[in-house]
Amino acid sequence: MVKKSIKKDNLKDPVDIRDTSGGGWLYSDEVRDHFFNPRNFMRYEEEETFKFDAMGRAGSPACGDEMVIWIKVDKKTEKITDVRWRTFGCGSAIASTSALSEMLIRDGGLEIDDALKIRPQDILEELGGLPDRKVHCSVLGDKALQAAVNDYFRNTGQHSRVVVEGSKIVDKEFNITDKDIEEAVLEGIKTVEDLIKKLKVKNINKESILEIEELIKFYSEKYFG
Amino acid sequence: MLKFPKKKKEIYFDHAATTYTDEKVVKKMQTYFTKEYGNPSSLYNKGRITKKAISDSKKTIANLLHTEPTNIIFTSGGTESDNLAIFGIAHAHQLKGKHIITSVIEHHAVSEPLERLKKEGFDITLLKVDKNGLVDVKELVSKIRPDTILISIMHANNEIGTIEPIEEIGRELLKLRKKNKTEFPYFHTDACQSAGYLDLDVEKMHVDLLTLNGSKIYGPKGVGILYIRRGVKIEPLMFGGDQEKKIRPGTENIPAIVGLAHAFELVQKNLEKEAIRLTRLSKYMWKEIEKQIPKVLLNGLSIGDKNRLVNNVNVIFPDIEGEALILYLDEYGIMCSTGSACTSSSLEPSHVLLAIGLPYEYAHGSIRFSLGHCNSKADIDYMMKYLPEIVEKLREMSPTNLGMTKHPKYKK
Repeated sequence: MVKKSIKKDNLKDPVDIRDTSGGGWLYSDEVRDHFFNPRNFMRYEEEETFKFDAMGRAGSPACGDEMVIWIKVDKKTEKITDVRWRTFGCGSAIASTSALSEMLIRDGGLEIDDALKIRPQDILEELGGLPDRKVHCSVLGDKALQAAVNDYFRNTGQHSRVVVEGSKIVDKEFNITDKDIEEAVLEGIKTVEDLIKKLKVKNINKESILEIEELIKFYSEKYFG
Repeated sequence: MLKFPKKKKEIYFDHAATTYTDEKVVKKMQTYFTKEYGNPSSLYNKGRITKKAISDSKKTIANLLHTEPTNIIFTSGGTESDNLAIFGIAHAHQLKGKHIITSVIEHHAVSEPLERLKKEGFDITLLKVDKNGLVDVKELVSKIRPDTILISIMHANNEIGTIEPIEEIGRELLKLRKKNKTEFPYFHTDACQSAGYLDLDVEKMHVDLLTLNGSKIYGPKGVGILYIRRGVKIEPLMFGGDQEKKIRPGTENIPAIVGLAHAFELVQKNLEKEAIRLTRLSKYMWKEIEKQIPKVLLNGLSIGDKNRLVNNVNVIFPDIEGEALILYLDEYGIMCSTGSACTSSSLEPSHVLLAIGLPYEYAHGSIRFSLGHCNSKADIDYMMKYLPEIVEKLREMSPTNLGMTKHPKYKK
């Protein structure tokens, strides 16, 4: 898959927005650049003219973040040839979507299957890191993308390829799906620790925890927010 | 593309967060850093000089509050004063009762100590507010029980500028106490936001405890006062020397105390003149925002209402998330704050905006401008050159299009 090669250990230290020790802008230069010069967002004048093959939506303004992605797909190669987005959210959310949009169409465009492999961590790398509290802002992008790709599959009659919400595996080792998390939240769990106890698993790898936390928050807000 | 100014100005619209320290105040403070550094507890002349500085400062403040100097305790700021008032009363009088009444829109320096007291077994009643953030005095009175020891209601709200009916509450409490032949419940108010904008007469307000700090009245940071009515017993938070009647031990922060007293004197002296000027500016700002930007709403009472702080303009820009707007304004040198979740660690939008019935999506798009001494009409004009375009751009980037008709979740 085409990806800018930034090694993990090259990640700039994310800057905490509440950090009082001083230092430069509260985000990395990459975030700043994407925020003030967003790429590929849907302009008013393009609304009628941008011919897209599919669109996907994620989040809601009540939760503080909402995102819509429109994609053009080459039906032969299944490459994403063009993309537009709109995001309601803070600086990190806007920058994350902008970065994702660039990743999708870089070097002639990603194949759909590769595009779906983009994880929040990859967006973080592209952005040179985000403050800890802002990491959740990078998660919504891949949800909106999944929704857009599903829309594409449905539009092209490939229903078997649709990834239905609720069957996405969050942690491969323990086969934890977002459905599991949704149900656990509905039964009253509030934290990752609660979930670990409930599912009787241990040593979940760190990368999954991030997404699990995000899902717990998402479903908590959805049902109890 | 957005247009950028040739020369970036620095425009500060966040005086409710903190203010700069007035030059005159700094000047007064300076001697007490390098020349008159004596410990007020020392017996020799150098100590007596600083001791006098403290007692003079107390006199100044007491005069402005219409009370006696002995009723003033210096602290490290608004947060400490609130904590001292709440824990101090609760711990000193818990045998009398464990019930405390407060409002849902208090500052965290009040609500968090009360949360803590809840864990200690205290019973906390939270009063709701109306869509403008006002507490209902009748409802408050109806919640008072024989075991109610304290009521804490802020004088003016920091986010939407609503001024609470403190005098009326105070009068009702006096009547009730007389009737029940008790000195309870005590009444505390946090006046950090109203100092410099409202007359603070503790006798007219009928409060037993009042919090004030320096950093919002063009004084130094890290200093505040707690007014405690004569005869009201409170437990200290800290233990040590004999300073401040043992209620607040520790060597006094002389420069800050002198600065606070002088700053308070200056703002209260210019109060009426400044109120007229700031009302005019606030009205102008809101008028221009409403005129030049489609789809905006004002939070709280209308600008110019006698129950709204003269310097507070809190605006909802639907379809935009507040932090994004603040970061854009920052690029132009314009500083203000938001009730959006993104600036809080909890990722929850402001409790004040939710309490006045705003749906989450509107709370996320709320921006607070708080004006002060340094602002002029030119500052507003500078901002209005860019704000409409910024809002337009962020709205173009946003998939959200909230209707301006009454939102189903908009309670009132």
